[in-house]
Amino acid sequence: MDLTSLIASLHEHVPAARFEPVASIDLQPTTYVSRDELPEVARVLRDHPDLRFALLAELTAVDLWPREPRFEVVYTLVSIEHSTRLRLKVRLEGADARVGTVTGVWPAANWLEREVWDLFGIVFESHPDPRRLLMPEDWEGFPLRKDYPVQIQLPARTTEPLQLTEEQFRANVAKDRLSRGT
Amino acid sequence: MPELHTETMTVNMGPQHPSTHGVLRLVLQLDGENVLSVAPTIGFLHTGIEKTAEQKKWQQVIPLVERMDYLSAQSSSLAFCLSVERLLGLELPERVRVIRVLIAELQRINSHLVWLGTHGMEVGAVSVMLYCFRERELLLNINEMLAGFRMFPSYMRVGGLREDLPLGFHEAVKAFLDRFSSKISEYEDLLTENQIYRDRTRGVGVISKQDAIAYALVGPIARAAGVPYDVRKVFPYLGYETFEFNVPVQTEGDVYARYQVRLAEMRESVKICRQALDRITPAGPFAVEDPRITPPPKDRVYTEMEALIQHFLIYSQGFTVPAGEAYVPVEGPRGEQGFYVVSDGGNRPWRVKARAPSLLACQALERMIVGGLIADLIAVIGSIDVVMGDVDR
Amino acid sequence: MGLEAEIPVLTTTVEKMVQWARRSSIWPVTFGLACCAIEMMSMSCSRYDIARFGAEVFRGSPRQSDLMIVAGRLSRKMAPALRRIYDQMPEPKWVISMGACASIGGVFDNYALVQGVDQVVPVDVYVPGCPPRPESLIYGIVQLQRKIAQQKLA
Repeated sequence: MDLTSLIASLHEHVPAARFEPVASIDLQPTTYVSRDELPEVARVLRDHPDLRFALLAELTAVDLWPREPRFEVVYTLVSIEHSTRLRLKVRLEGADARVGTVTGVWPAANWLEREVWDLFGIVFESHPDPRRLLMPEDWEGFPLRKDYPVQIQLPARTTEPLQLTEEQFRANVAKDRLSRGT
Repeated sequence: MPELHTETMTVNMGPQHPSTHGVLRLVLQLDGENVLSVAPTIGFLHTGIEKTAEQKKWQQVIPLVERMDYLSAQSSSLAFCLSVERLLGLELPERVRVIRVLIAELQRINSHLVWLGTHGMEVGAVSVMLYCFRERELLLNINEMLAGFRMFPSYMRVGGLREDLPLGFHEAVKAFLDRFSSKISEYEDLLTENQIYRDRTRGVGVISKQDAIAYALVGPIARAAGVPYDVRKVFPYLGYETFEFNVPVQTEGDVYARYQVRLAEMRESVKICRQALDRITPAGPFAVEDPRITPPPKDRVYTEMEALIQHFLIYSQGFTVPAGEAYVPVEGPRGEQGFYVVSDGGNRPWRVKARAPSLLACQALERMIVGGLIADLIAVIGSIDVVMGDVDR
Repeated sequence: MGLEAEIPVLTTTVEKMVQWARRSSIWPVTFGLACCAIEMMSMSCSRYDIARFGAEVFRGSPRQSDLMIVAGRLSRKMAPALRRIYDQMPEPKWVISMGACASIGGVFDNYALVQGVDQVVPVDVYVPGCPPRPESLIYGIVQLQRKIAQQKLA
């Protein structure tokens, strides 16, 4: 199914969504999608029998500072049944970098969105577990933004900074448990 | 009679542990030996490779990218080169593509040998490790012949290869392939019909086909669960559609099925390597003839002014890549990997994002573990073949 | 040190005996972090056999080991864990910093890595390479053995 018919069938199910296809030179036909309708568009992409994009291959972000809109969140989807790929992009302003989570549609997005929050500072609304993934828990700053330095002078920490009580520790472990049944 | 008081135990399987395959922290909730929940914490090997890659010129990113997933180094550099070449619009000579296929398949055998050795050792079959690393030394000899370096030869470059194949390469690879097929049978003799191994791995760490797709698992884990997805067959690259090979798929989704899939993949890789070896001419082009990208040979650099200028420009400021984005998926030993590369038209990348199959495998660990014993946990972590360098980047 | 030909007796000093015992059976703790760990595993396998030097027993627990080979890049999140493992090892203990990343930060001069393990633990031998060949690491262990041969007891 080519990009125009894909966008047409998405329009049938999510009429409020605005799409903006762009030229692409690789296997992924690319289109921008409006931020507010993204979770519904995601659900249609996964469930529609002609589309069936059930595999979320990648979820990442690009920082275009100092250009505005500053961020672009990129979703790469694969449909194994129809042997097609798709790339969705969402534009975000630097001052209002938030987008709805797609964890309910593709459970794989859980850690991928955590990583984007950790490295870029983009908030994923209604994410079940919005914590840092790769950097230490008390790190300040978002390293992959373009205004964050590459090299920093910081003495290495040799002691663990967090002293948790047992209730706090158990609460953390309970938070890490993936919710079953979704 | 007094009531028995039981409580669950919280145990930390810390970042330093012999069986976690690198620095992975698992906080386990245990009821005796039964695992009630697993909370993985990653990030102990975060190296900031993606940020560092934005500071390097295009060709200089390749050593960084090799050290990301250090067991499939040449698959990673292949994926990066393919993405950048797609942005540049380069068409590679046929010989270069076949050599790349050969090297990628040898890398797959290399990675599966390390997996088999470490997994066998953790499950208890220590001699499997010694046997696998013995064969791996032959592969590292081949790497050393190519570029002088055992693990990270940086042989794949944007535009082709670093230099032509050395003398004796064909004989060395042929000797290895002739020896290796009987060795796979040797590993199978040790493990496949071994009752202890079967009891430890069958029915353990099962993941269903729907869960595998929902958690974006690819590679041998997904193929062992029944998902027939292999990038080489579904989205072929480098001319894989001209090679004859099968993709092994099982349906049980447990540790034993993943073991069978990887062993069968090693056999298929040997088949592909033989076909590739027949197609490689001993001498010929090893890179695209573009003067902006491929440095000229040294004897011309020392005698001709134009070649000197070309050499200087390539190594001082590098080549520029037209603005755009590209992602070319590649079937690595762990599944689909690739690099989402964004260029702004300069001589450095704007964004390099690695698609890490090990990250998603780590995330799905809880799905596979819960309800099992601690001993099963060790077998499952071994079977999902995580490389922490790939998870944390 | 004296060796009598007819009487089966060897005389030496306690210090030399202790030095010989310590350097001939250095047991490392498994502290492989990244790619250097794979070369460390190769070193313990049959081609570059480290059992010849008495060091093939990689203990999982730091409380039962003498040597910590920091093999790989040390990220800022991991540094407290490294210090804790080092503190858990009983005396006498030694540290080999294997590879460029552990020695000086390696290729990665950025926010995420500690630029050299010696900011966290005291290092005895630095083995350069990326990753160092197994022979280099064996040479590093032999150098450590020579260092131990000169360490005083008191």
